[in-house]
Amino acid sequence: MEKVLSVSLGEIALKGLNRKYFEDQLIKNMRRVIKDIGFEKIYKEQGKIYIEAEEHNFPKMINRLKKVFGLVYISPCIRIEKDEEQIKEASIAAIREKIDKEKINTFKVDTNRADKNFPIKSPELSRQIGGLILQNFKELEVDVHNPDTFLYIDIKQNAYIYTEKVKGYGGLPLGTNGKGLLLLSGGIDSPVAGFLMAKRGLEISAVHYHSYPFTSERAEEKVKDLARILSRYVGRIKMYSVNLLDIQKEINNKCKENEMTILSRRFMMKIAGRIAEKEGINALITGESLGQVASQTVEGISVTNRAVDIPVLRPLIGLDKVDIIDIARDIETFETSILPFEDCCTVFLPKHPVTKPKIEDILKSEEALDVESLINNAIENMELIIIE
Amino acid sequence: MIYLDNCATTRLRKEVVEIMQRSMIEDFGNPSSLHRLGMKSEQKIKSAREHIANFLNVDKNEIYFTSGGTESNNISIQSITNKLKKRGNHIITTKIEHPSVLNIMKNYEQQDFNVTYLSVDTQGYISLEELKDNIRNDTILVSIMHVNNEIGSVQPVSKIKDIIKKINPNTLFHVDGIQGFGKVELDLKKWEIDCYSFSGHKIHGPKGIGGLFIDKKHSLLPLVFGGNQERGLRSGTENLTGIIGFGEAVRVMNESHKIESNYVIELKEYFARKIETEIPYIKFNTSLDKNSSPYIINISFKHVRGEILLHYLENKEIYVSTTSACSSKGTEKSHVLKSIGLGNEEIEGSIRFCFSYENTIEDLDYTVKVLKESVEDIRQITMR
Repeated sequence: MEKVLSVSLGEIALKGLNRKYFEDQLIKNMRRVIKDIGFEKIYKEQGKIYIEAEEHNFPKMINRLKKVFGLVYISPCIRIEKDEEQIKEASIAAIREKIDKEKINTFKVDTNRADKNFPIKSPELSRQIGGLILQNFKELEVDVHNPDTFLYIDIKQNAYIYTEKVKGYGGLPLGTNGKGLLLLSGGIDSPVAGFLMAKRGLEISAVHYHSYPFTSERAEEKVKDLARILSRYVGRIKMYSVNLLDIQKEINNKCKENEMTILSRRFMMKIAGRIAEKEGINALITGESLGQVASQTVEGISVTNRAVDIPVLRPLIGLDKVDIIDIARDIETFETSILPFEDCCTVFLPKHPVTKPKIEDILKSEEALDVESLINNAIENMELIIIE
Repeated sequence: MIYLDNCATTRLRKEVVEIMQRSMIEDFGNPSSLHRLGMKSEQKIKSAREHIANFLNVDKNEIYFTSGGTESNNISIQSITNKLKKRGNHIITTKIEHPSVLNIMKNYEQQDFNVTYLSVDTQGYISLEELKDNIRNDTILVSIMHVNNEIGSVQPVSKIKDIIKKINPNTLFHVDGIQGFGKVELDLKKWEIDCYSFSGHKIHGPKGIGGLFIDKKHSLLPLVFGGNQERGLRSGTENLTGIIGFGEAVRVMNESHKIESNYVIELKEYFARKIETEIPYIKFNTSLDKNSSPYIINISFKHVRGEILLHYLENKEIYVSTTSACSSKGTEKSHVLKSIGLGNEEIEGSIRFCFSYENTIEDLDYTVKVLKESVEDIRQITMR
């Protein structure tokens, strides 16, 4: 009887001919998070991925694997040969281990016979093993509707017996869906937006805008901390840090006060668009949620959207703040996002920002600015920070 | 680098670093150990205590080592009130104390103590009349900050003592000397101060070490119990390296502080005059007469957020402090500047410059130049 970790795949299983590509990317991502813990082997067997490693490392591995997108469940299992006696022995061992860990009264056996050559059919095997467990553990009863624990039996090339299913995030393996550039601020929304798109397989880079010395270096440290938390899910992040102060000063000098925010947003989009183009990135990602602030009205969004040709993904667009906060808590960015940080940038915040800007007006306002050279200067002076 | 944040902390003197390094590598024994190495450490502590006692002109048995100013304030106030609470429950302090005093008082108010917070005038001085009117039979403690850490006002400690002793001789007098120690005139014995708190890192000594003077006629009970170090008042293995560094910092200061202090007075006057001529729309929140600390000057720049100016200066490697910080949740405003009657805008635009013997006239010239340029740049945006 050997212990291995099994990993169940979600949507990947539906991928038909591309399935191998997705599986290989997933295995690559899994290797990356567990390589420093150490493992013997990773192999595929009829729809699942298995890891051979030292059992005492399982909890640590599960904890890391949970954050790898594309996997739905992780289970520590007993691996045995497809032999009736061995299956019985392992089933009793698995139940005994479960009882040692927690109080259970009821159970249900759930057999999945992928190898149709195995002589005993699933319901029959479940019934046999169920009876065996009842004989060996007098205190237990069967409950087919709502059992305290399942005993899972997978009959494949080998047989696998397990009781635990630790939930992962699902989604698609990182890197199977191109690259996205996340506009990352210090707030609650943008890290969540990055997380959600990465979960769909998008590889994430980030751009952060600041107004130093009107904002502080501590505020930027906070953004780095958020990127670090995000990198637990998405791996290494290239973060571009762009100083927007000269642009803001110029807008402040030459444009209407109430257009400050919308004009700045357009610059942010344009600069992000340039970076994406240069780096071969396929889309921008923002944390915009319809109606959340003045610049996120549908009119505001359409004006900022017109600043670039590249697609802009807005995964939070239809979510309420409370829903966004729930995800932020779950991925552990919330506590960092709400830390108070010095933010003297409010000197640039208009008292009554326009909520229904018109593209003609905004384009006209931009005519007062040397947009091209402002963007070039900002990009020339930007810093690249690698977050690992 | 031009360091003008010497009220926050100071750079260690070379002599201090050398002696500390030796103690960490060679003479590191536990002073309580019976062997020779332990005894050597015990002697070093003794000599550090003597340097401090010499400087303060008190008996060496009246000096206790603590972890810093905050702990010294806490031991003084809490041990005194623990001892005297049967006699009364009234305490007097001021509105411009450090949080390590104010937060004890806030806590006491919830435990049925009565606390009187004396107000201050626009220069940051308490009114002796108000003090006189508030001392009662059940007043057990007056706790007053000698030099204010934000604006540098120096309270007339000697006169305060006269009033306390005349009206209620049983009232004890604690002075928070953390910003004043070694920087302004002090006579613990003549001024009949019962407890005096001071700290190592404000005088070019190490962080994590402080001192407490308790007049020998008082015996105070500890707040923390253990192996009875520091004559039972503060248990815990002594911070040997810190104590040795502190002792050395005081020894050197004893030789040089008169010259250094005269030099710093000149710096402050020069700086104030220069700023006044170079930069318009400013307000000195520190009085420029001889009554304020030579080490501190607090200035409000109109139409400027102090914190933005701080970052402009930091960008040129000039380090200062603001007394209020912008935050994503609004602005945290200084209770001291509020107490001297400043408006919100003046509070938000304030910067504190704190000098040391290390600063030069050239440093200040450069600082004023950068200040002038930065203030102009910021005002272009904010005054639009």
